[in-house]
Amino acid sequence: MSADAIIEAKSVTKTFGGPAEPVVALDHVSAAILRNEFFTLLGPSGCGKTTLLRLIAGFEMPDSGEIRLDGEEIGHLPPNKRPVNTVFQSYALFPHMTVRENIGFGLLMQGRAQTEIREIVDRMLELVRMVEMAERKTDQISGGQQQRVALARALAPQPKVLLLDEPLSALDYKLRKEMQIELKRLQHETGITFVFVTHDQEEALTMSDRIAVMSNGKINQIGSPREIYTHPVNRFVADFIGETNFIEAQLEKGVARLAGGARVAIETGHADGAVTLAVRPEHVRIATQGAQGAIPATVADSVYFGTDSHVYLALDDGTEVVARLGTDASGHSGPEAGDKVFVDFAPGSVQVLEA
Amino acid sequence: MAERGFSVSRLPGFSTVAVMVFVALYLPIAMLVVFSFNSGTSVAIWEGVSLRWYVSAWANEQVKEATFRSLIIASAASIVATTVATMAALGTTRRKAFKGQTLIYVMINQPLMVPEIVTAVALLIFFATIKVATGYQGLGYLIAAHSAFCIPFAYLPIRARLEGMDYTLETAAADLYATPWQTFRRVTLPLLMPGVIAGMMLSFVTSLDDVVITLFVKSAGQDTLPTYMLAQIRRSVTSEVNAISTVLLGLTVVMLTVFFLLTRKKD
Amino acid sequence: MSEVQKQADRKNARNAWALSAPALLVLTVAAVGPLLIILIYSFLLPGKYGNVEWGFSFDAWRGILVSKDIFDGTYKLADAHLTIFWRSVKLSLLTTVFTFVVGFPTAWFIATRPPRWRAALLFLITIPFWTNLLIRTFAINQIIRNEGLFNTAMIQLGLIDQPIVIIYTDFAVFLGMTYVYLPLMVLPLFAAIDRFDMRLLEAGYDLYASRMQVLRRIIVPIVKPGIIAGSILVFIPSLGAYVTPRILGGGRNMMIGNFIELQFGAGRNWPLGAALSMTLLIIVMVALLVYVRFANRDGGHG
Repeated sequence: MSADAIIEAKSVTKTFGGPAEPVVALDHVSAAILRNEFFTLLGPSGCGKTTLLRLIAGFEMPDSGEIRLDGEEIGHLPPNKRPVNTVFQSYALFPHMTVRENIGFGLLMQGRAQTEIREIVDRMLELVRMVEMAERKTDQISGGQQQRVALARALAPQPKVLLLDEPLSALDYKLRKEMQIELKRLQHETGITFVFVTHDQEEALTMSDRIAVMSNGKINQIGSPREIYTHPVNRFVADFIGETNFIEAQLEKGVARLAGGARVAIETGHADGAVTLAVRPEHVRIATQGAQGAIPATVADSVYFGTDSHVYLALDDGTEVVARLGTDASGHSGPEAGDKVFVDFAPGSVQVLEA
Repeated sequence: MAERGFSVSRLPGFSTVAVMVFVALYLPIAMLVVFSFNSGTSVAIWEGVSLRWYVSAWANEQVKEATFRSLIIASAASIVATTVATMAALGTTRRKAFKGQTLIYVMINQPLMVPEIVTAVALLIFFATIKVATGYQGLGYLIAAHSAFCIPFAYLPIRARLEGMDYTLETAAADLYATPWQTFRRVTLPLLMPGVIAGMMLSFVTSLDDVVITLFVKSAGQDTLPTYMLAQIRRSVTSEVNAISTVLLGLTVVMLTVFFLLTRKKD
Repeated sequence: MSEVQKQADRKNARNAWALSAPALLVLTVAAVGPLLIILIYSFLLPGKYGNVEWGFSFDAWRGILVSKDIFDGTYKLADAHLTIFWRSVKLSLLTTVFTFVVGFPTAWFIATRPPRWRAALLFLITIPFWTNLLIRTFAINQIIRNEGLFNTAMIQLGLIDQPIVIIYTDFAVFLGMTYVYLPLMVLPLFAAIDRFDMRLLEAGYDLYASRMQVLRRIIVPIVKPGIIAGSILVFIPSLGAYVTPRILGGGRNMMIGNFIELQFGAGRNWPLGAALSMTLLIIVMVALLVYVRFANRDGGHG
């Protein structure tokens, strides 16, 4: 076991549904979450990310496998015996209590002294900037404020790990951006490990120290946002994180040859055979004159997006490739439909995926 | 009234019928209330405003006794019914399907399905046997019978409230170190309370209104207000009954208003 | 299914039963259990002064349909019983039909008002529903009796010389039952109409349907579950009615409910009363089963 891990999942399996139609939510999942990191479980709905979170919280029991917290097996402890707290997607604020009572609930249940509870709640109210709202009922505050109360409530007992189940999904775009920054700030200030569940890849990339990309009950890849973006291990990860062009190619002696015959430089160390190349649209370069190694292509369409524009290209062999070009001050975006152009890829930008 | 444009939901004659129905529903009750204040003995000829029937009902020992008995039975029955119905609702709601679920539902709703007269006869036979065997003649029989038929009336609003309750609230409580019992006492029960009170009020009203089962189960001299009234109506001495009816009516309206305020969904 | 889940399921069922147990106990003692006793009593012999004598017999069940001549021992149809059954069924059906005829427009009217009006009107329908049945029947009694409001008014207006005898007739019972059970028809009808998508009407009119055609071909088929629910809710208590026929029908115009009571009182034939009760129960159960089948089949519209 790694010395720095606060949570370790070892070969955890969880199945739902009856014997007739079992649904495997988690399939022998193993992962280590490090102390004080902002760890994100990312994946489409039904990938098992929420199930893993609920297993850590204790709302579900694993069928097999172990979940360790600080080296101690907790897989079969009820949630009220685990030093782990959750921020729920729906916030789950108690409607019959005030903001203050909500935040103090966990401390009260732990049997802390009234004065201590008061002190901690005051500090929490300040931390999430909700001091003026302390005596309000939870249905008298806005969605963003409810979010802050939910955070404060989960942080108040000083859990070893804070679990966040898509907490920003109910907020509108602007508020969501604000809360992303707020969450990072809280994580830094409290030094608590955050385990964050989301299906929003942009959210995951901007907030996380490390990300686990999940699909079909399995973890595909764990790594920093940069690693996952630039070196996706498979087609699923490359496709789910950002936009990607997939190009079929043959590897011959360390060089990739496209169907049309063009050669593309790649990293060394891949075995010969059929592969898929992944290239981000922003790494596709367009030139009007053919430089050495450039691939001839035709512009099929060009769509203006404000900060940039997407150029849809057809290579000679018919392969479709999207390029993303920055727009200049005049809003002019370069090539237009029907233009004959040449395409090449930024050095080091082409990833080789197992086909 | 001229038709203003074409309204798709308008059907010819429907509004007229509806207005007539509302008038027909309330006119007899209104007349009953009005004539409870009549100073004469007729229920058709108005002779002036008076509270004489209220005064005479109030002075009537039998009415007092019956009222007192009705209130005791209704209070006891609604407390028993609400308690067991709350437990049953907690047991049967928000759960994975389990063996015997349908049987429990059928049992609980049985008083709503079986004609009252059939239950009344069944209880008459059953309790008569017990009365002979034990010699006990008290109010226990009426309280037991009323408790039983009040159960579905208590169960339904409590169950509805539970079903509308967000299960994550209890999950959140458990996450915040509350034991199952603390979760129930601090989160589930307070949130369930409006449903429990609503259920208790409906049981109370239902018990207070019962005629048929009470008539068959009661021992001699155990008249409740409704059975007393039924006997009076037969003898045609009725103006006092108008006064009692008006009071009961007022009580029902108050209870229902509270019930509606409690169960109203917040928009 | 995993072992963890199986254990959880067993615990789930155990908790459900344990929590329901007190309610089931009360119901078994004071509602469901005694029904079994009636079943047993219906196969016993009547005692001389009420109650029963222990001895197995089909007499009570046979007695529902036929009566034995005390002199020559021949059997003939029990006309009196059949009359009472027929009156009960006839009055209950009439009540059901008539409450529908006036209840449907009422429910439609309520459902098509603006929301605030709708809540208020619904409340107005609910008050009589929860008001003591005895009081409501009594209110009707005061209006229609010979010296009641209706006849007094008619005589004073000079429209009639003699009071029109309404009370203690079948018509009085029908009128009373319609009055007391109307909310039971309106409420489920309202629930069904409330869910009805009014845009379907626009589609209907758009496709050249007239108002009557829209009513017959679009509205009625879609709100049918509500119609069936309302009909069952009115028919069942009508069939078992006791208070209303007693107050408005007098001694002669009995319905099954009053006839059952008679067997336990002056009639002193408890087994016959028990058999009649079982018969009533069976009819009601059949009606409920028919309803469940209809409701399941048409549930898709809900």
